[in-house]
Amino acid sequence: MWKEKAIKFGLMSSASVSVISVALIFLFLFKEGGDFLSSPGIGSLFDTRWTPVSFVNERFGLYPLIAGSLLVTFLATAIAIPFGVLGAVYIAEIAKPREREILKPFIEILAGIPSVVIGFFGLIILAPFVKNVFGLYSGLNALSGALLLALMAIPTIITISEDAIKSCPKSYRQASLAMGASRLQTLWRVVMPASLSGIIAAIALGMGRVIGETMVVLMITGNAPQITASPLESVRTMTATIAAEMGEVAFGSEHYQALFIVGIVLLLFTFALNIFSRLFYRRYGNRS
Amino acid sequence: MKRIKSIITVTALVAFIIAQSASFSSADEKKNLVIKGSDTMVHLVSNWAEAFMEEHPSIDVSVTGGGSGTGIAALLNGTTDICAASRKIKGKELKFAAKKNVTPVEFVVARDGIAVVVNPKNPVNALSFDQIAAIYTGEYTNWAQVGGPDKKIVVLSRESSSGTYVFFQEHVLKKQDYTPSARLMPATAAIIQSVTDDQWTIGYVGLGYVAHTKGKVKSLKVNAADSLKAIAPSDVTVASGAYPIARPLQLYTNGQPSGAVKIFIEFANSEKGQEIVRSTGFVPPSATGK
Repeated sequence: MWKEKAIKFGLMSSASVSVISVALIFLFLFKEGGDFLSSPGIGSLFDTRWTPVSFVNERFGLYPLIAGSLLVTFLATAIAIPFGVLGAVYIAEIAKPREREILKPFIEILAGIPSVVIGFFGLIILAPFVKNVFGLYSGLNALSGALLLALMAIPTIITISEDAIKSCPKSYRQASLAMGASRLQTLWRVVMPASLSGIIAAIALGMGRVIGETMVVLMITGNAPQITASPLESVRTMTATIAAEMGEVAFGSEHYQALFIVGIVLLLFTFALNIFSRLFYRRYGNRS
Repeated sequence: MKRIKSIITVTALVAFIIAQSASFSSADEKKNLVIKGSDTMVHLVSNWAEAFMEEHPSIDVSVTGGGSGTGIAALLNGTTDICAASRKIKGKELKFAAKKNVTPVEFVVARDGIAVVVNPKNPVNALSFDQIAAIYTGEYTNWAQVGGPDKKIVVLSRESSSGTYVFFQEHVLKKQDYTPSARLMPATAAIIQSVTDDQWTIGYVGLGYVAHTKGKVKSLKVNAADSLKAIAPSDVTVASGAYPIARPLQLYTNGQPSGAVKIFIEFANSEKGQEIVRSTGFVPPSATGK
């Protein structure tokens, strides 16, 4: 009897590892960063300057970092959506089986390229290219970062959108074609609206990937913590800030705690994106 | 029940084996010496370590970078024997040290000049501290303001975690904040790369690095005050103290060193150790006449 219980317990605990780790990570972030909320106070986070190392006044304003992350994320998403969604439509609906056999492994390879390698590519090839095209003084800016991040978001968007399009019931298509609609009309007016929620979920997950990506933005966005809406300016994201500054920060200092707060904010962003995409995913799942 | 017993037996066995191997390594003759810290010094320290291990085959030295702050944190946490730091330990860190019963002891082992670099095509050749500070705090944004052509200045800095960042801020910017549009580059190599590629950038790097760039970047002559002559950075001017942006590099130990730690510190300060300081592009501390 105890054997069965032990096995059941073992299985349950392996299944709940992720739940427990998420809870522990949250707890840990609050434990390390929580003191910041009382001693310099939560108000000091609502500031336009991030100057954690200063002889004058250490300021931990999150606005420049959030602005940097959002700018890069929205740009990257805007670039990735057409490629990702149209690519998914092609693979799911139009491509011949042979083409699919070639395309899909390459998309998986793209998803598997380590981000530091993509960053290298960006540093050596893309940044000088962007610099020349726009006649800038330096190619390290939000646009270069967004282009690379789009490259990393496209596989996510393609794979999940393709699932969504494929799971659109066959009867919809047959009904539409039987009514005399062309293939393109069926695709555009019937299949796409039916799988829209799945596609939106895919885009949200792609955004989650982009906002959490660290290495590429650290290497390529130039890392100037300024508030700007211009894609050709240099920005500093939340992830890059944590990665670059955590290594040397004095243990337990205000700066150290502030970095954990940045981590919490980042986690909340990805959390929101995930919940958002789940809501959509469930809706589309129920329909089919 | 039987099974539980066997699990206990196995666990005990594993624990026994682990304990055995642990006692083996501590009984081993070979000593381990861990050195962590400054990225600026990592070449220097590994060159020392190599030469040191040839002389003392019974001591294993492992060297890692990560930054001065990382090294100091490791010293406070007891995970390193020696910390290499390109900045002095801070008051806050000393307070933590006291809490953790660690007494950092400092040994200045070399000096390093910091060169202000621009692209070779930039016609500007010399800047004063005031001008550099104005550029880095965002007061000046155009090369025309310092006698150059009418081009926007792209300001490059190291990460705020770098010892060089803090030193430059304290001594050249006179403790003012960097402009938010200064680009924080993750490493010295990234600054060199950007200054090489982009014509209107300005950056600062350790002098040891400039020698390796073979003319891809140009170091500016610098004067600390308008009344002084602008001096080009070189081993000679850093050693004589004429070049104004230079700093000491140090090793920290926990308490007065003993055993392998002591032997290593003595080696670093020996004739041979200081020869390595010179060949790595730094300047011996004794040469400055203190």
